[in-house]
Parts: sequence; structure tokens; C-alpha cells
Amino acid sequence: MSETIAGSRRGANVEFRQVGMALPRIDAPGKSHGKTRYAGDHVMPNMLHAKVLRSPLASARLRRIDVSKARELPGVACVLTREELSGRLAPTDIAGQTGRKRLATDQPILVNDRVRYQGEPMALVAAETVVIAERALELIEFDLEPLPGVYDPFDALKPGAPIVQGTDNVVAKYKVRKGDTEAGFAAADVIIENTYCTQFIEHAFLEPEVGLAWVDENEVINIRVSTQVIEHFRFIADAVGVPHNKVRILGSLVGGGFGGKEDVTVEIYLALLAKATNRPVRLCYTREDSFFGHGKRHPFTLTHRTGFTRQGKITAWKVDMTADAGGYVFLSPYVLLYATVAAPGPYRVDNLHVDARAVATNNMFTSAFRGFGAAQACIAHEQQMDEAAKTLGIDRLELRRRNFLRTGDLIATGVPIESAVWSDECMTRAWEALGERTPDDGPIKIGRGVAAYQQSYGRITWLHDTSEAWVGIEMDGTVVVRSGVTDIGAGQVSALAQIAAELLGVHLTDVAVYNSDSSTTPLAGTTTATRALYMTGNAVRLAAEAVRERLLRRAAQEFEVAHGKVDMADNRVFVADHPERSMALKDLVAVCASEGVHRSELVMFRAPFTGEIDPETGQGRVHPDYTYGAQAVEVAVDTGTGEVTVLKSVGAHDVGLAINPDAVAGQIEGGAAQGQGYALSEELRYEQGQLTSTSFSEYLIPTAMDVPEYKAIILESRSGVGPFGAKGIGEPALTPVAPAIANAVADAIGVRIFDLPITPEKVVNALQRLGN
Amino acid sequence: MNKTKQITLLINGRTHRAAVPANETLLETLRGLGYFEVKSGCEKGDCGACAVLVDDEAVDSCLTLTWTVKTQRVTTVSGLGTIEDPHPLHTAFIERGAAQCGFCTPGLIIAAESMLRNDTRDPSLDDMRLALSGNLCRCTGYTKVFDAVTAAARVVREEGGPK
Ligand code: FES
Ligand code: FES
Repeated sequence: MSETIAGSRRGANVEFRQVGMALPRIDAPGKSHGKTRYAGDHVMPNMLHAKVLRSPLASARLRRIDVSKARELPGVACVLTREELSGRLAPTDIAGQTGRKRLATDQPILVNDRVRYQGEPMALVAAETVVIAERALELIEFDLEPLPGVYDPFDALKPGAPIVQGTDNVVAKYKVRKGDTEAGFAAADVIIENTYCTQFIEHAFLEPEVGLAWVDENEVINIRVSTQVIEHFRFIADAVGVPHNKVRILGSLVGGGFGGKEDVTVEIYLALLAKATNRPVRLCYTREDSFFGHGKRHPFTLTHRTGFTRQGKITAWKVDMTADAGGYVFLSPYVLLYATVAAPGPYRVDNLHVDARAVATNNMFTSAFRGFGAAQACIAHEQQMDEAAKTLGIDRLELRRRNFLRTGDLIATGVPIESAVWSDECMTRAWEALGERTPDDGPIKIGRGVAAYQQSYGRITWLHDTSEAWVGIEMDGTVVVRSGVTDIGAGQVSALAQIAAELLGVHLTDVAVYNSDSSTTPLAGTTTATRALYMTGNAVRLAAEAVRERLLRRAAQEFEVAHGKVDMADNRVFVADHPERSMALKDLVAVCASEGVHRSELVMFRAPFTGEIDPETGQGRVHPDYTYGAQAVEVAVDTGTGEVTVLKSVGAHDVGLAINPDAVAGQIEGGAAQGQGYALSEELRYEQGQLTSTSFSEYLIPTAMDVPEYKAIILESRSGVGPFGAKGIGEPALTPVAPAIANAVADAIGVRIFDLPITPEKVVNALQRLGN
Repeated sequence: MNKTKQITLLINGRTHRAAVPANETLLETLRGLGYFEVKSGCEKGDCGACAVLVDDEAVDSCLTLTWTVKTQRVTTVSGLGTIEDPHPLHTAFIERGAAQCGFCTPGLIIAAESMLRNDTRDPSLDDMRLALSGNLCRCTGYTKVFDAVTAAARVVREEGGPK
């Protein structure tokens, strides 16, 4: 269920014909009929099958690795280890990063000496069949000498702890010093202090990592792969040792990403094996491989100290946070930065003090995951607000209202928020949409919770982000968009088509989008950081506007009216005041073509570029803009069994403008489910670095049995920096969900569980403590 | 030794002769024959991405040995209808925005179709929850899936039964 509440759109001097419509996405028929070919649905003649040998230990030294028996096995084409790779490194940084260099801790492609986490790759095999490749893995002999490991970030910070990365295991640090926190706490009537913990989370995209690589007649390594980032081709080329223009990445529609396909996954292995064997090679992870094969969501420990006046005004806020980065750096510094920026949430805090650190351990490495640090920050600040409301005796919504940021206020990093801040409207509508409160029923206690957030969209401004798109109109009046953007399931590609359709006066089905091929489509940047619509949507808008402008100019001549008097819709061009004076779009295109009018445009859209924030104060611009919204939930807690059921869950978000309201609602509903798993059932448990849950029967994501019918409320302030005033919604949809549920559980049972997930066992224990 | 024999399979109304080893799963056979709409998400019976109809029942093809279905009709999501002549579930999933990444979609449509064929033509939310409980979806939160199945069930009912 969803509803759209338009803001300034009503007053806007624009009548949309395609944008804003809940049209079926252009990728929907293929997906529903089973015709969509994902990266794993391609085969080639003479193709080999690859497998990866992983370390069973989390902290060890690789003494010896002997692959001679594996090589002798009939059907094995190639086995690669450190011998062949001679220390080659795989980059772990963001693709296309142009900012400052950071702690250089790239990962050996295959273990060279040290093993830093369980599952670290030690050898690659390519064989005639998957079965032979698996058999070959079993024939590889190796000696691993166990080394003392460290499995908790706080242990890793202690003097004398085993060093996993750098000199002290600290892979990144951020701080904020804003205002005068001491004075702020002195002015406080009440000070609330609590520590909140979050867990390792698995992306659990349904399509495991997969790719197919081949070397073509020009010595180009082609890789068709499930990825969020085709621009990894540069990293892959560097890792393999070929020029950047000799690696081509072809994306496919991606079977779910959520950040888990933001880093390189199978690409380098495929490139190495295809190059070594000169044959096509396919590598498809099993589900178990996938649990070991990509970085997880960071567990955070967040200690919050917040001062309030009796009236509920925040006087000072101090946050200390520690994130577990696992065995390698990957995107931990950026995740930590996002968490730092989001530390005080959507609230105005004049006196703010944040200390944040990401610490290496011998756990699985952690990296990007939808919400990217801001989700963990929200879990803490929103529970803290509820704890404060309880202590102050102020209504939870009212306390938030008294502190919400307003447009023009300074956010945590000291820059003003320029777009609309509709936190209050979103929170109020989400709460009202819960409707009548379900009554308690004996041991079943009902509780309600709300959470608000601030989440960025667009990349860090000192990464100097750009996105390119090409838009052209064909001789028959159909439209083509070319852009490297990857579509990870949220409808990224269809939104581009909808924008082009709007501006060129055609229907959505008249637009074809060719995307995600590094050899032919203009590079659009990553589908990460809730940036695809903002960045590439703007590029498509600008390109389509340029083509539109030229077509309309020529049409005005044709109709002998002033430029600006002509419009286009429904595949026709017409005089705005006299729509009967019209011509078919394709006839206009024919005229333009015969006169050499340029019918296409290539555009680069640039995000705002800044320098880095001040490292001592954390003040400065970090992101292009922010999305605001809220989640409200109602839960039932069985006080006998400790089981929590989500009865109602409503997300209300100001998305600026919904290009496709159905797609936006889909993000909000899907985020509600992911956030619910985060709050209640999902946890990757590492015991001494050893993962204990490696399948979907142990790692429990929400099923159809677990979910209510989610409700999405879409607000449109038209104030964002995306096309037509859009903001981003991909990550924001998830961010407030888990804390809203945690707050609802606390509301139901009168006691808070400070560490996620809120399992039945923890609920029962908490109730027992309360009883004593 | 793993025995292989020639068997005849009836898939989406087409007859295939194939040499199939005794331990080959229906998932492997189907994908090997080019039915790529049958997805592999876990190969352990946990996710439902590989679901197909065997006669009228949805089964996880990753847990089904091909030899065991050789006398039955196997139907994948593409066997339910075509772009020109779609099944009501295809249409409803498209129109209701029930597919995001789409990787779970073939399995979900098969599970829903099995429910409808078992005469649950007016499914309640709980009927749908139960029927789809073996199919994981990480993108949609199932809300639009429930919408789509409800809409398709209405069409099927009005048309007088599943096709
Ligand atoms: S692949 Fe068969 S249930 Fe997951
Ligand atoms: S649509 Fe992606 S898993 Fe269901």
C-alpha cells in the first residue's frame, strides 16, 4: 500500500506527463516472464568452471601450499596460487576515488603469507566441470600455522594486541568538535548516557556473486559480471597487470546488491584465469561462498551522552563509536565518516563532540551495506531519543519535534542544510497511519515505536563525482539512452527512461536504455550511495533537455511561432496554445536529420566538488544533500516466548519528487523488511573469527510469514538536488526501521534491549531481569 | 559409479530427450537445457528461487532429482504464458511493480500459481503467506507481491480457473 503526498508540485509551473506516474518499469516484463538474462545465465563454448580455495582459519601464516596433485587431476586446466601471482594486490578502495590517499592496505589477491580472516582466498582452480574443480580444491595441500588473532575491536585497541592492519589496528578515525559541549552539558537539566550495539549483517541478495570472462581477439579481457560498479575495470586491469583499456566490464541486471556487490567480487579471479588459460571461464559462488566472499555490515558500539533542558531542548551531545572493520580496510573509512556525519541524526545540535574509529580484527572484513554507517548511527540516536523522552516525561514525538533540524540549520559538520527538512511531517504522517492501537491480549503486549533519520544521497563531495549519459532520438521517433549505470533492482534504468520520455514527448515504452557496458556506454559511476538517480538522472535530464531544445527550435520554425510556444507529448509536436497545429515527432526528426540538426547529446553531470573536512573539527561539506523521513511501527511481544511480531510498519519519506511512485514505494517496503530483519532476526555470528551461520536456514531473513503489509507514504518537497527536485530513497528507506522496532519493543515490555538483534531469548532475559 | 540414462522430459509442453546422471538435480538439468529462468539461489531448498511446477505442485528443483520427474509435466515461469499471451500472474507482477531485482520472481510466480491451482482462488493474506513462505525475496518486503497475487487471483477467478 502506498500513497503520494505532493508538496510544492501542486504549485509548480510544470505539468508532468511521464514523470511522477506509477508506470510499470521497463525491466518488469522480462523479469516477470523469466526472460531476463542475469550474469550467471550465459555460457560460452569451451568454457571452464572456476572455484576458490579459502582459508579455514581466521588468523594464520600460510607455510606451504602444494597444488601438484590438483594440477595432475584430469580436466583441471589451471591452478593459481601466490607462486604465480607474486604478491599482486587487489584494491579495496572506492572505484573512481579522486580524493586523498588513505591507509594503504590493499589485499593480496591470494594469500601471500598472512591470513587475516576466515575464508580469505588461497588458490584458484579452473576445470572442465564444476565437479572437477571442486575435486581439485580437495587435492590442494596446505599448511597453515595458526597465529594469535583478535576478534573484538576493543581488544584490538589494547596495547600488545595482535596487529592485523597498520601499526595499531585503527584503520580510520573521525571526529567532530562543534560548539562547546562542556558548556552545553553544564547547561543541561538532564543528561542521558547509554551504549548501543549492532551486529554483523549479511546482504543476502538472492543472486550469488557470478561472472563469465573471456579474452577476445584484441587481447581485451571481457567480464560479464553481477556488479554495482562497472568502473572497477581500472582496478581489475591494475591487479592483473594490463592497461586500463584492455578490460571490459559488461554488467547485467543485478539480482540484488545492497552494497554487497560494490567491492570487486569475482572479477579479478576470472580475469586471471581467462588470461592464464585463454579460454572462457565462469565462476558462480555457491550460497556458502557468498557468505564468505563479500564484506559484511559493520557492527558498531555507540556510546551516547546527551544533555537536555527540562523542556526537552538538546544542549550538548557526545558520541563515541567503534566499528569492527574486520581483516582488511575496504570501505570502512567511508562508512565511519557517514556514521560520524549522521551521529546526531536529524536534530539540531549546537554543541557536538564525536569520536569515531574503525578497528581491524580477524573477523570477516566489513564494507558497504545499504545505510552505510548512517543506519548504525540511527539505531543509536533514535533509541537515545526515546530513552530521553522517558526520563524527561515528554511525548516521544514531541521531544523529536522540539529538536528537528530546519532548512538553514547547521548539520553535524557545520554546513547548512539547503533542502527541505520534512522530518516532522514524515513522522506525524507515519505515526497517524498506524491507526487504532491494537489492544494487549494477556501475555501479548503491544508496543509502538518511531524513528527519524538523516541520510545522505550522492557520494562524498571530495570524491569529485561525475556521471555521463547520452540521449538520442531515432528516425522513427523512438528514444535511446546510453549510460554505464548498473541496475541493481531498484529500477535505476527505468527511471532514466521515464525522465527521457518526459522531456522528449514520448511514452516510456518508446525508450530503450543501453546500460552498464564499460566499452560502449558513457561512464555513469557507481550504483551506490543512493546516487544513481541523483547523478545519472541529472545527466539524462540535461542530455534530453538539449535534444528537446534543438527539436523544439526547429519545430517553432516549422510552425512559424516564437520559440517557447511549442511543446511535445504523445509522440507529437504541437503549438502549445493551438494543439491542433501539430506534427508527428518522427516527421520533425526527419526534417532535423535532413538538415543535420544534432539529434543526440552526451552530458557529464558534476556533483558539487569540495575539499576535505577539517580533520580536527570535522567541519565542512561532506555530501551533496540529505533525505529526511521516519518509520512508525506497531509490534506484538509475546512475553511468554519472547517472540516479536511486527503488526504494522509505515515508512514516510520526503523523496523530493517520485519519478516513479511505485518504484519508490517498493524501496520503502523492501527497506522496511530489511530493517525488520536487522532488528529482530539477522546476525552473522563469528566465534573466534569462525562464521557459524553459512546458509539461509541459519541466517534468517524475513519471509512472507514474518511481514505485515508495509505502508509507504511518499512526500514530495521538490527541494532535492536530483532531477526535478528529487532526493534519494534507496538507503534512507532502510535506515529508520530497526530503531523504530527497538523502540516499539521497549514500549511494549517496558525495558530496553540495547544490543541488536532483539531475539526471543534476549526478550525473555530482559523480562526476567525486570521481574527481579 | 554414477549411472547416466536417456530420459524423456516434458518441459513447458516440449519434449526433451536428454542423457541425465542419476544424481543430477532438476535445477541442473533445466539450466543445462537452457531454461535459465530457473534460478539458483542456494541449492539447499532454502530460497525457492529454483521453484518449478511438477504437474501442479511447486517444488524446489534444486532438491528434486531429474529421474524422479520423468513422467510428469514440468513447468517454469516461462511456460505459464508468453509476452503476447501472458498469464494473469505475469501481468499482475508487471503492473503492480512486484519484481525489483527479479531474481526471486520466477519462483514466486510458480509458488503462487501452485496455490491457485490448488483451488485457493480467493486467497487471504495468510493463504498467500503460507504459499510463498518458501520463497525468499530480499528486495520487495513482499507487499507488492501480495498485491500482485491478489490481483491475479481475481482475474483467474473471473476467467473461471487457471489456464
Ligand atoms: S536454489 Fe533451490 S531452494 Fe534455493
Ligand atoms: S525482487 Fe530481488 S529478491 Fe525479490
